[in-house]
Amino acid sequence: MGKLQYALFTGCTAKESTPEQLKSTYAVAEKLGIELIELSEASCCGASHLQDYDDFLSLVLNARNICYAESRGMTMVTICNTCQLNTAMTKHRLDKDPELKARVNEKLAEVGLEYKGTSEITHFLYAIIDDFGLDAIREKVVTPLSQFNIAPFYGCHNIRPSELQNETHRSAENPYNPNSLDDLIIALGGVNVDYEEKNKCCGFHAELQAPKTAAALTGKALMGAMDANADWMVTPCPLCHLKLDTQYEHASHAVGRDVKMPVLHMQQMVGLALGCTPAELGLEHHVSDVDFV
Amino acid sequence: MSESITTKNVTFKVFRFNKDTDYLPYYKEYKMEVTSEEVVLDILNRIKWEHDGSFSYRRSCRHGICGACAMKVNGKGTLACKENMLDLVELFGDEIVIEPSSIKRAVKDLIIDKGDFWEKHDQIQPYLISEIDEHPEMECAVSPEESERLLEADLCIQCGACHYSCPVVELNEDFIGPAAFVKAYRFEADVRDEAHNARLEEVGLPSQGVWDCVKCYECAEVCPKEINPIEKITKLHNMIFDAGISNNKVAERHAVGFAHSIKKHGLLDEAELVRYSEGTVPMLVKHGKVGFKMFTKGKVVMPWNMPKSDKLDEIKTLVKSSMTSKY
Ligand code: SF4
Ligand code: SF4
Ligand code: SF4
Ligand code: FES
Repeated sequence: MGKLQYALFTGCTAKESTPEQLKSTYAVAEKLGIELIELSEASCCGASHLQDYDDFLSLVLNARNICYAESRGMTMVTICNTCQLNTAMTKHRLDKDPELKARVNEKLAEVGLEYKGTSEITHFLYAIIDDFGLDAIREKVVTPLSQFNIAPFYGCHNIRPSELQNETHRSAENPYNPNSLDDLIIALGGVNVDYEEKNKCCGFHAELQAPKTAAALTGKALMGAMDANADWMVTPCPLCHLKLDTQYEHASHAVGRDVKMPVLHMQQMVGLALGCTPAELGLEHHVSDVDFV
Repeated sequence: MSESITTKNVTFKVFRFNKDTDYLPYYKEYKMEVTSEEVVLDILNRIKWEHDGSFSYRRSCRHGICGACAMKVNGKGTLACKENMLDLVELFGDEIVIEPSSIKRAVKDLIIDKGDFWEKHDQIQPYLISEIDEHPEMECAVSPEESERLLEADLCIQCGACHYSCPVVELNEDFIGPAAFVKAYRFEADVRDEAHNARLEEVGLPSQGVWDCVKCYECAEVCPKEINPIEKITKLHNMIFDAGISNNKVAERHAVGFAHSIKKHGLLDEAELVRYSEGTVPMLVKHGKVGFKMFTKGKVVMPWNMPKSDKLDEIKTLVKSSMTSKY
């Protein structure tokens, strides 16, 4: 296999409230021999809220981000579920609607850019499963996670709507019974925990406007993982991570019971098994302490 | 018709409950051989005809039109008459759990009380509101382009699959829910309708309205008619801004805040977004404690350290030239 190369769309969260996620992404890429070229020109994807205010502006900005992956001739890799959804949705809409694409390109022309539709867009989780392969990852494991029960938390925007999501990766995922994270846990030697909330919403996107709903959803997710005897949770989405890692007080209050456990980013989990140090994975940034390393 | 019929042994765990006589629901097990020709409704019929005549469920058309047969298989909302049984066995394995759309609303076995679903519809005036001339001189024609604007919202069969898959409906009884939002959009997008702001105000109210949607896409995933309710919810958000009836509530400022921040940094200034959405004092009261913990863990970027996108001038130009909404 030649060296894998991707254009990395970091999103905003990785540069602000989840610095550990960016660190661990690079740490894992290095262990796997994957080259990531950061799309330093990229703007925020609008996080599924800008489109509520101005759908067209959201399309133009996301199309611009994709242009920079296209100009490098690379597949765009995202490390946030919501970035993935917004960017892939933009691509899907522009590719199937020439009239809309022309309107967006008219704007992009003002800054000398053109959206062509030549780059694929996939989440880092699926990139490593599809392109690197679970078997190859298994071979790289130096510290199997065999003493851990790990609860996968998939995050809505990587699995729904499945019609769109399954255009962006080769390993099929069913939103009612997803398996990618479970397979990854197993490949790293860990024990995957099954629980009802693994494919449900953490409530992040209503955090400000509907705090009670958001806290209840986070609480239910933490509770489900705890009751299934998980030692910790793992998620590919930094927004889910923020909810699960930092909001346990609101969450506990909402479900009437203390719910708290360590939550790892998908990259941190892979990194642990591949022999990265806690510092390389930024474990000190967690609010719910990672006490098992 | 040359494809051969396959069969499989499947264990069904079926939700049983009679509100009048049972204190708690229970699951009854049935083992059956299922053929690749059967849909879920065939299995329900066989349970009723071959095992227990008292087993109750709703169905009528058997063609995915009446919306009566919505229920859940291993947590997946579906129309019993539409979904092939062995496809579901392939997805979930040979132990299949059949439950009503909403367990807490169960009346008898798979039959639920759908009262809340219809109440939410009533709330958004689910009909065309228009001053009709009783003696019109010509028909009120709607062009094909105009009817396309409905985005097939008019194809909803009101099965309730989306409503009872929505996590917010489950937690907040005021929430209007995806199906009634689809209906609201169906009339808001109709060129003949004149209710406009009255209906939009209803779907824009805090707690019950579109802003409380958590954007989980469960409704889009489950809809058997591929109506994509969250797409309509986004359109309703846009209509609320366009009509100028958004009034500075946290949620609306939250959406607008993104545009401000992107124009300034290219990226989202997370802390500033919260402050802009909620105001400084409520922000400190609500998030002060969590915010402080995050700060000590290196999770808060100070304004003077805010990272910026390269080629920010391009982003500024595009925000200026592509903005279609005013706030
Ligand atoms: S699980 Fe929550 S934070 Fe993660 S993508 Fe879904 S809505 Fe967003
Ligand atoms: S996207 Fe919104 S309306 Fe649809 S199911 Fe989720 S919370 Fe409910
Ligand atoms: S939108 Fe779809 S799932 Fe919801 S009630 Fe209508 S047909 Fe059923
Ligand atoms: S019986 Fe009418 S939709 Fe299934």
